[in-house]
Amino acid sequence: MITDALLLQLGYNASLVTLGAILLGMAAGVGGTFLFLRKRALVSDAISHATLPGVALAFIVMVGLGGDGRSLVGLLAGAAGSAALGLLIVSWLSTRTRLAEDAAIGAVLSVFFGLGVVLLTVIQSMRSGQQAGLEGFLLGSTAGMLRSDAVIIAVSAALTLALVLLLRRPLTLASFDPGFATATGQNTARTDLAMMGIVLAVTVVGLKIVGLILIVALLIIPPVTARFWTERTDRVVLISGLLGGLSAYIGAALSAALPDLPTGPIIVLVGFAIFMISLILAPRRGVLAAWVHHRAFQKSVHLRQGLLALAQGQPIYEPLTLRLLRREGWALPDGVATDEGRGRAARALLDETRWQIIRRDPSFEAAAAHYDGLTPIERVLTPDQIAEVDTRLPSARMVAP
Amino acid sequence: MIGAEFVSLSLPPVIIGICVAVACALPGNFLVLRRQALIGDAISHVVLPGIVVAFLLTGAVSTWPMLLGAAGAAVLAVAAIETIRRLGRIEPGAAMGVVFTTMFAGGVLLLEQSDTSSVHLDVEHALYGNLESLIWLDASGWGSLLDPVALAGLPVELLRMAATLAGVILFIFIFWRPLKISTFDEGFAQTMGMKTGALGLALVIVSAIAAVAAFDAVGSIIVIAMFICPPAAARMMTNRLERQVAWSVLFAVSAAIAGYVIAGYGPVWMGFAASVSAAGMIATLSGVILGLAAALGPHRKRGSPA
Repeated sequence: MITDALLLQLGYNASLVTLGAILLGMAAGVGGTFLFLRKRALVSDAISHATLPGVALAFIVMVGLGGDGRSLVGLLAGAAGSAALGLLIVSWLSTRTRLAEDAAIGAVLSVFFGLGVVLLTVIQSMRSGQQAGLEGFLLGSTAGMLRSDAVIIAVSAALTLALVLLLRRPLTLASFDPGFATATGQNTARTDLAMMGIVLAVTVVGLKIVGLILIVALLIIPPVTARFWTERTDRVVLISGLLGGLSAYIGAALSAALPDLPTGPIIVLVGFAIFMISLILAPRRGVLAAWVHHRAFQKSVHLRQGLLALAQGQPIYEPLTLRLLRREGWALPDGVATDEGRGRAARALLDETRWQIIRRDPSFEAAAAHYDGLTPIERVLTPDQIAEVDTRLPSARMVAP
Repeated sequence: MIGAEFVSLSLPPVIIGICVAVACALPGNFLVLRRQALIGDAISHVVLPGIVVAFLLTGAVSTWPMLLGAAGAAVLAVAAIETIRRLGRIEPGAAMGVVFTTMFAGGVLLLEQSDTSSVHLDVEHALYGNLESLIWLDASGWGSLLDPVALAGLPVELLRMAATLAGVILFIFIFWRPLKISTFDEGFAQTMGMKTGALGLALVIVSAIAAVAAFDAVGSIIVIAMFICPPAAARMMTNRLERQVAWSVLFAVSAAIAGYVIAGYGPVWMGFAASVSAAGMIATLSGVILGLAAALGPHRKRGSPA
């Protein structure tokens, strides 16, 4: 059953919805990256919650005009309208009044959602409202979707993705370096508007698949995850889009194949699983990599200090240092240096002494700035310079390498 | 409308609404000033899995396990946000977004997967609450307010919310000066020897307690709205913290009373049979108040003179 779903074998509608989810996930991953880089990730939360009154109003208006109120295009148009209004209010509150953006986001989010709930209870009291199924917009429901709705979702997700890809370059520039973007004549205000337009499109298209409460996860989790894998903006965008598509794909397929699995939460949890894997395993920025790096650094510091102690005939009390020296074969269990250890210790002491000399000499200031107790001096000075430094070595402590 | 029916059907929800509004608005003043306004949003999302887990463990919708579960989930969320922020070097807003959406998704999934059809526990309830159902059946009129037998039948939510409000007021009263100083000038507070980190954490914990207690009675929309809208509106009215807090309490109380009345009686006045969601209406009215304050308030601009 699950493999059927993953291979899009669960019938035309389910496959169409899965396809739509993949496209939407990619669009959200790419679009969310710009939001994340601009540090405005939570604006999308206000936008998505602000869709609810629009959906409800659209339903009421359509019923008032004599329809059954369930036309997906109409509902989504209403959602887009009220989400745009919410977005305008957020930016008005945070630029024209003294409120900070987070307070503006929270205010719009809660008030619009509250209004939406009021309208939902109005709809419930209407005769045609009993089976409106608008609750499906809260958490997404793709089960039993009409063919025409599935087509609308797939097509609009594709259009959103196309829009994102079209606006990729200016958005990358503006989110990576707003100052440079302005200097090269780019209108950053308009770019920000385009970014919000993309977020709006993703939110509206995602209403039926993910639901308005969780759509923000689709915009936040993939970029945050992608950031673990690379330091380059263009690759963050690419990886984030791929991860967004992947989690939407797995989530939508699982939800289609298994009973009682609402689509939105599953997609979010799949995305989070990928996030956790990245947090732990990513090279360089991952927790595991950081731990390995820390251990390697710790080891080299202990070895260096241990060698210096050996060279100067000082006893070593630190158990970790002793253990590391023994493992390298440079010291015996009682802390006495082996032959090889004595050689290494002499070299370490010579290196350290040369460093001390150049750190006292202002003419070596630039090179001396590299001193960290670990870097061999050969890496910052030429052989000629080292020879010059060596003339100043105290002769009594001159040791043959 | 002011009769025996009002005392049993409307008085308890109105009082609960007022307690919720004030208990959230008071710490909200500091959260808005400290740019932590979205904490209420995050908390109200993450308590869902806590409540569901508590229900699955105890098998019943009972108050204390659910409060404990919600509190546990809130603590877990704070720890998770901090861990992810530090380990991944991610900005706090994004870390918060990752954690609260995931925990909410987990809660929804648990809820859908377990058999909760026999009890009143669903996502809609968690979001909207059910303020209208908190009625006082033992009341027979205003005289019941003095009747100990009838008073024993008050909804437990009312007593719990009143106690929470008292706790919040006590906290803010005791720590008024440190809270004020550390909110406006954290560096100065530190040089005076205040433990600003511990104080900030205590503020978050008090907010979380208020949110969890309120959440159980009225759902999460009011909670988020009341943490932000009354303090934000009050901020447009004055530059002094004392007056801001007073304004925010006034706004919170008016939104709670007017919201409940409009939701319960407005549709009837307009000729409809049913009423609309009181929680939603209270949140909406707090937004209207904020809108008016933002458009007309004497101190709505940045850097306005004192």
